[in-house]
Amino acid sequence: MIIFDGVEKRFGENVVLSGLDFTVAPGEHVTLIGPSGSGKTTILRLLMCLESVNAGTITVGGRCLTHMEKNGRQVPADEKHSREVRKRIGMVFQQFNLFPNMTVRGNLIEAPTRVLGLSKDEANARAKELLDLVGLGEKIDEHPSRLSGGQQQRVAIARALAMRPDVLLLDEVTSALDPELVAGVLKLLHDIGESTDITILCVTHEMGFARDFSHRVMMFDGGQVIEDAPPSKLFSEPDHPRTKEFLKAVLDRG
Amino acid sequence: MGWNWSFAADVFPILLQGLVVTLQLTVLGSLAAFSLGLVLALLLRGPRPVAVVVRGFIEFVRSTPLLVQVFFLFYVLPDIGILIPAYWTGVIALGLHYATYTADVYRAGIDAVPRGQWEAATALSLPRSRVWTGVVLPQAIPRVLPALGNYVISMFKETPLLIAIGILDIVGQAREEGGRFFSYDEPYTIAGLLFLALSYPASLLVRRLERRVGTV
Repeated sequence: MIIFDGVEKRFGENVVLSGLDFTVAPGEHVTLIGPSGSGKTTILRLLMCLESVNAGTITVGGRCLTHMEKNGRQVPADEKHSREVRKRIGMVFQQFNLFPNMTVRGNLIEAPTRVLGLSKDEANARAKELLDLVGLGEKIDEHPSRLSGGQQQRVAIARALAMRPDVLLLDEVTSALDPELVAGVLKLLHDIGESTDITILCVTHEMGFARDFSHRVMMFDGGQVIEDAPPSKLFSEPDHPRTKEFLKAVLDRG
Repeated sequence: MGWNWSFAADVFPILLQGLVVTLQLTVLGSLAAFSLGLVLALLLRGPRPVAVVVRGFIEFVRSTPLLVQVFFLFYVLPDIGILIPAYWTGVIALGLHYATYTADVYRAGIDAVPRGQWEAATALSLPRSRVWTGVVLPQAIPRVLPALGNYVISMFKETPLLIAIGILDIVGQAREEGGRFFSYDEPYTIAGLLFLALSYPASLLVRRLERRVGTV
């Protein structure tokens, strides 16, 4: 479903990702862990075209995201091409990023009507269904500012799902929540993971969630994958000394 | 000389006629300044060469007096065949001049929209035009309404400048009437009081708006 091939990303002199290769199978849940600044979030941002690669290619669902064919040559993708490929990718952000000038309903029907061309009725029905799924059916006409952080993040999840994405990117989605709200959001994501076949790429510091939720965990350090294993293996008997060190630090803190 | 109440009562309706012209000029000038300012603000975010040219234009207009711009439009443009009636010259001059200020007001409002909003809109694949009209501007504009309001008030107070090209706004009428009866006390005093009667409540309104929306 997702192929990173020799991806390099620099911010000025700072090399964030170098020669990164990995693939994610359809329906797979992959969690990216690692110290901050290790490039995990950059991977999600590259997939969402919020950043562009300096070298290498990214392919999603058989279509190249970073490049396109023009006159028989591969050239960097333009806005239109990347928007087309990206339609199948949804993202949930750490800071929710709901549109405060719209109601919950407005947030949910905006992209389905404008981008997918759904009718208002279809989009409304979909919004209602998704809000029920995230347990906020009665908040459909509220403004986001009147919701708690946990509720806002649930709406953001519903908003991403309203596009029926093949790939869902979760960027530290519980990091900005009050501790008592984290479990509910994680439970919701777990249920979504169980009940759909969406490919999910997740950056999180919640190791318990990573262990239960993922099929695979990738440990990042210095812009590269230093360990890639099922959670049962990676969390209980990691191979790489940096992984051990990182897990120890994270678990001690928790 | 001294104050003559009956003369004051006579000129009052004439001054009100002038006030209508002043208000028309302010409203039309504001509409021009609001829309042109928005265009300039968007161009400032465009490709670098465009932004540089627009910034140059803005600085040029701001660094020259409004009166010189009015004279330029009214007396110089006809030399190259562009003849604009005085009234519309006034509207264009006010709109153009103030657009260079509202442009930066909009810019500040747009900059204050969090990056996450752009990113969420991108993540939903919204087309660029919709990101502006559906997400960014509806958040940016309410925040800058007080600042725009302040420019409307100062434009209102600057319209009398247009008597220089013969527009009979409130001050123009006051000068005419005063000149006719060789008594300027009443017309200018009333004109001043009328400005005060409108500007002061308007500025209170803007201040209330500021408290409501916060400032950028």
